[in-house]
Amino acid sequence: MSRIWAIAANTFREAIRDRILYLLLVFALLFMGFSQILSMLTVGGEEKIIKDVGLASISLFGVLTSVFIGVALVSKEIERRTIYTIVSKPIHRHEFLLGKYCGLVLTLFVNTSVMTAWFYLILLLKGFADPRLLLAIALIFMELLLITAFAILFSSFSTPILSTLFSLSLYLVGHLTWSIHLLEERVKGSGAREVCRFLYFALPNLEIFNIKTEVVHQLPIPATLPLWALVYLAGYGGAVLSAACFILRRRDFT
Amino acid sequence: MAPVLEVSHLARSYRANLSLKKYWILRDLSFSVEPGEIFGFIGPNGAGKTTTIKLIMDLVRPDSGSIRILGEPHQSVAVKKRLGFLPENPYFYDYLTAEEFLDFYGRLFGFSREVRRSRTTTLLERVGLANRRDRQLRKFSKGMLQRLGLAQALLNEPEFVILDEPMSGLDPVGRREVRDIILSLKAAGRTVFFSTHILSDTELICDRVGILSKGELKAVGRVSDLLGHQVAHWEVAFSGIDPITLPGISAVVSREGSETLATSRDEESMKALVRAVLERGGSLHSVIPQRASLEDIFLREIRR
Repeated sequence: MSRIWAIAANTFREAIRDRILYLLLVFALLFMGFSQILSMLTVGGEEKIIKDVGLASISLFGVLTSVFIGVALVSKEIERRTIYTIVSKPIHRHEFLLGKYCGLVLTLFVNTSVMTAWFYLILLLKGFADPRLLLAIALIFMELLLITAFAILFSSFSTPILSTLFSLSLYLVGHLTWSIHLLEERVKGSGAREVCRFLYFALPNLEIFNIKTEVVHQLPIPATLPLWALVYLAGYGGAVLSAACFILRRRDFT
Repeated sequence: MAPVLEVSHLARSYRANLSLKKYWILRDLSFSVEPGEIFGFIGPNGAGKTTTIKLIMDLVRPDSGSIRILGEPHQSVAVKKRLGFLPENPYFYDYLTAEEFLDFYGRLFGFSREVRRSRTTTLLERVGLANRRDRQLRKFSKGMLQRLGLAQALLNEPEFVILDEPMSGLDPVGRREVRDIILSLKAAGRTVFFSTHILSDTELICDRVGILSKGELKAVGRVSDLLGHQVAHWEVAFSGIDPITLPGISAVVSREGSETLATSRDEESMKALVRAVLERGGSLHSVIPQRASLEDIFLREIRR
């Protein structure tokens, strides 16, 4: 455990010394500030606009941070050969990978916390603070954990550019799985339907983590939803990380 | 005593992109490294030295064969606690300072804060980087990274140290310092296995060497045994006779007045030359056999 923590702490240190993190964070904070100007341009609904843009910023910039840093986590270590001396120390390859994952999760946690604090500052100034927003942000964070697991999986066997493409595509597809379900009902032929059904269940359903509309528009949220989201994250994320560990264990560092 | 490193029938191949054809990097490689010795692994570029070391360190997997380190399978995580490793042209986290870097590696061994601190200080002094401890590695030269690489390889006071081209990128002073560190490890009872193509270093410090060429071990043995009694050529000094008229001379090294220093390729030629000098009334000053250098042996073995 201490070895995983050592890798995680070092990954966190690497991330916080990386300019890209600050660049994304500054963009996110600016974007949230910009929501006030946007709300001025619309008639009424200022609260909704600020909340909508705020949550979207936390989600979008969180995803970008998770993908851009996540895809380089393992592949950069192999490409730059820094992994040679790490795996020659008394550490299992899966410990290295989990350490990397935990380090990025820690980074994302700090990142999301800073964005949330800024978001709440804007909301408090406007008198729109709502505790349900925290639940929405917690679910966004869970989504980031799953995306990071995918980014690290792709990173364990592919180049950073391809891994970025895979991860961002997966993010988009993950929010559109409902359309695959719809397609399943509409296509003709049992073979095509089976393919649709397989894709629907195999691809991650990231909409589970999306309660932005419900929170912004004060709609009811099922009480069990956060628990289901947590179970889904643990199951799916665990499987993805296991696959990444399996790949890394068999991989040659040439 | 059991060998520190035992490599048995190791083979490794690769396939070029989309090709079905196998190219062998190593074929049936077997050798062992005994406790307390310095073993030099020499060979030209592309011989398979780094691949062998990567196989030993479990960075790549062999097609066949086995490796045991300190009596345990080489994949064992436990054995890595007793092992030190410096890769070729090492790259490290360039956002860390030298001190942070060694501290991080110390954490991987599970050392306490006190141990990490004291070993970091000792090792940075030992490799001549004590005054650079707070500098980020991105500002380090190649030679400084090599020294720091050596420091991380010695962090756990390993019983067995594997160094891939430890002298590369170093100036003569740096090479001398690395040689001294390797010799001090041997003096402390450690075992060292290192690859190099700088033969003068090998001849100076190695107990045994293995010569690798095209993925095959061409020769292995004690440096003195390999150099053995083999004579590369003979140097004959004489005077009073014009060397042009004499048999058995392969080259005239120098001529000063009536004195000549010439070389003979082999013993037969040397004898013919000496006989001719004496028969024709010349004076024989000296006959010195010139021993083969490791370089001669190396060149002969890789051409075989």
